[in-house]
Amino acid sequence: MKQLTALQQQGRRSNSFRNASSPLDATVDGAIKSPATIFWLVLHGLCCLISLVLGFRFSRLVFFLLFSTSSSPSATTIYSALQTTLPSSGVTSTPERNVSAGTGGSRVVVGRHGILIRPWPHPDPEEVMKAHRIIETVQTEQRSLYGVKNPRTVIAITPTYVRTFQTLHLTGVMHSLMNAPYDLIWIVVEAGGATNETASLIAKSGLRTIHIGFNGKMPVLWEDRHKLESRMRLHALRIVREQRLDGIVMFADDSNMHTLELFDEIQNVKWVGAVSVGILAHSGGSEEGELSMVQRDNNETDEKKSEVPVQGPACNSSNHLVGWHTFNTLPYLERSARYIGDRAVVLPRQLEWAGFVLNSRLVWEDKLEKPVWVKEWEDVDRDGEDVESPLSLLKDTSVVEPLGSCGRKVLLWWLRVEARADSKFPARWIIDPPLDITVPAKRTPWPDVPPELPSSAEKVVTIPESTEKRPTKSGSRRKRSSRSKRKHSAKVLDDRLSTRNPGDN
Amino acid sequence: MRFCMWAVLLLPLFLGSFGVEGIEHGSVHTERISGSAGDVLEDNPVGRLKVYVYELPSKYNKKILQKDPRCLTHMFAAEIFMHQFLLSSPVRTLNPKEADWFYTPVYSTCDLAPNGLPLPFKSPRMMRSAIQLISTKWPYWNRTEGADHFFLVPHDFGACFHYQEEKAIKRGILPLLQRSTLVQTFGQRNHVCLNEGSITIPPYAPPEKMQSHLIPPDTPRSIFVYFRGLFYDVNNDPEGGYYARGARASIWENFKNNPLFDISTDHPTTYYEDMQRAIFCLCPLGWAPWSPRLVEAVIFGCIPVIIADDIVLPFADAIPWEQIGVFVDEKDVPYLDTILTSIPVEVILRKQRLLANPSMKQAMLFPQPAQSGDAFHQILNGLARKLPHDKRVFLKPGEKVLNWTAGPVGDMKPW
Repeated sequence: MKQLTALQQQGRRSNSFRNASSPLDATVDGAIKSPATIFWLVLHGLCCLISLVLGFRFSRLVFFLLFSTSSSPSATTIYSALQTTLPSSGVTSTPERNVSAGTGGSRVVVGRHGILIRPWPHPDPEEVMKAHRIIETVQTEQRSLYGVKNPRTVIAITPTYVRTFQTLHLTGVMHSLMNAPYDLIWIVVEAGGATNETASLIAKSGLRTIHIGFNGKMPVLWEDRHKLESRMRLHALRIVREQRLDGIVMFADDSNMHTLELFDEIQNVKWVGAVSVGILAHSGGSEEGELSMVQRDNNETDEKKSEVPVQGPACNSSNHLVGWHTFNTLPYLERSARYIGDRAVVLPRQLEWAGFVLNSRLVWEDKLEKPVWVKEWEDVDRDGEDVESPLSLLKDTSVVEPLGSCGRKVLLWWLRVEARADSKFPARWIIDPPLDITVPAKRTPWPDVPPELPSSAEKVVTIPESTEKRPTKSGSRRKRSSRSKRKHSAKVLDDRLSTRNPGDN
Repeated sequence: MRFCMWAVLLLPLFLGSFGVEGIEHGSVHTERISGSAGDVLEDNPVGRLKVYVYELPSKYNKKILQKDPRCLTHMFAAEIFMHQFLLSSPVRTLNPKEADWFYTPVYSTCDLAPNGLPLPFKSPRMMRSAIQLISTKWPYWNRTEGADHFFLVPHDFGACFHYQEEKAIKRGILPLLQRSTLVQTFGQRNHVCLNEGSITIPPYAPPEKMQSHLIPPDTPRSIFVYFRGLFYDVNNDPEGGYYARGARASIWENFKNNPLFDISTDHPTTYYEDMQRAIFCLCPLGWAPWSPRLVEAVIFGCIPVIIADDIVLPFADAIPWEQIGVFVDEKDVPYLDTILTSIPVEVILRKQRLLANPSMKQAMLFPQPAQSGDAFHQILNGLARKLPHDKRVFLKPGEKVLNWTAGPVGDMKPW
């Protein structure tokens, strides 16, 4: 239809030109050149020039007015024709709102209008903020209409300790928790006692936080660290039990990544739920190859080659829990990281705590409300035992509810990235007072001396006082914030030109 | 005639302000609009009127459809589906003597160009030929000169039968249809191509296609303003200013940098899903003031922002559009962001509740087979509201009002 309009106009134009030229043709052929002929020739030439300059529409208008054979054009068409001659360069001009006499009082006129552009056609920050508030209100309304009916408080348990990357990881978790649209209680358990550094960090969240210290420094070996973390989480559950906090307990490790759908999904849990956790266990090297990770507990070895291994509940076709996808550590045994800061793949345990959510009433003291399949707290919370996963709280693991469309949706991602235990960083990541002299380093000053590890004879499992020594090298200074993932070789640089080292370990 | 026009336009005011009650509709809290005349949208036309369908030779309907089955899916398909609906509807009567309304099934918008757009050049002749047929074969046309007949003319400018507005205005409504009731999609106040007493209907939008793209309602609406379509019609109006009276170009120039406005000329496959994630959907005019975007916005719960001066929206006497949508004058387009953000949040939430009402969505659709409360029934309701016919439309035998020779010479050729 639109193309036809163009065709019509083309035809019309050629028609009008033909009309104009026909009287001329007749007379040019004749030998006598009358003044009328010259006049028409001049007029024709003039109109050609004008149409070249101003465009097709003006010439069309002139011929329309001069040679129109139809009935006298109505006021509407005259106005519209006049409007078409307005050059479109007036982009900020307002259109003419002439009331056309033809159609009783309409203020809408056919024809060309100007394109109205305001003087500063860019977003106004006030408007943008107002719009965002509107969007927020609409979404809250949507959530109350279509979302979870009675949202319960989320109790997030995070074990942490002061180290180089603590700020990085904890800020990530903090922002995820701040964005969750539910009431939240954040229990932060800190190894080595509660410090001001962590306290100042979590105070920025504005959430209700419970910051407790845990006696015992974080060990350097990954295995020991996992065990200590389990004990820290149990300690937090003890707090839940003592204070009778009501809600849904989830384990938000400080280096994990949580999706916001996770918080929506865990509202559906009744007693114990399990979600699928994606494991990002790569060390960044290209020697990974394929990863065959999936293994079922019920003796069916179903080897799937997936890009990213996933830990979580396994369901059959009728969406009942039949087993668990766990992390297969076999391909990694030689290459796994042993200590924090090791440049190798950090392996998760068989089933990470982060993949489970509990109803907080399971750890309360009342005997009446709890279901029969949950163990007594005293049986679980025994010194000396390593609680590997929340499944140890249950007598019968088949009652676990699979969440996230039966484990098909991965709702959080597990990752462990840590700097070396002996790396230095400024306290609270604030350089105060500002540095006087900064000199660019000539080479990246990564130390290639491995840190001192505890001897393998000593097992640091249960004794809170770990016997590992903080390695100190007197006399040499190292640059701060070494990274554990890198491909290039490291060089030691005694950088006397670098500024002073204000941070403590 | 003019009095009737004012009466139709002022009818909503006379009906009293529309009262609103909030009800729990299942698990979703929606609001229902009840005018003082009752729930006009949910009226049942069966029993209130009788329609007689003329049996025309198939060259007026079936043969045209057979030549090009695309007529069943484009936005003018309402004329074909209305015919099919009436043939099997309980309001149909086979006895013309007891009929209140007469329907002539002429598919005037089914002559398609290769690219799918309808060519209106033969439509006036087709209409004349059909009317000549019914006036000679049956006595009912001459009885009232068509005042109790209705026709479906869903083309761009209705019964003016042209896609270009200037030419359509010049032609005016086909003289033979001046006394009939026209059921059309075009509606603009004080326009030659809108007769008083015409019934405006929404353009056809395929219901199954839209239903198949529904997403869960708890998906948060995160897009503030959404629009997909042309801003400049490069083929016909490259400089701009002609197309959409410059309004679409103005939208682009003012808001292309604004992150709140998700506007572009893309054709995404997720168009319907995106509309369900948006709060406001722009429905500006194009070459004609109406567009299927209004129907899509209502179906997907996105508040329509109507930018078309003096437009008459579908079923304007049954649906209170000011309470559902936002009307913006074309001259205020540069300040669209201010206008939209200054709407109070309670008003926005209320509009969304009204849009969530299923009877609103149903009234915009032409489902196959017909369901209660859909657009077919709204058309019949509109026709029923015009009953009983004024005694004066019945002419004395031999009296002639219409001029059968009026109109351009080209229309007189037989079809």
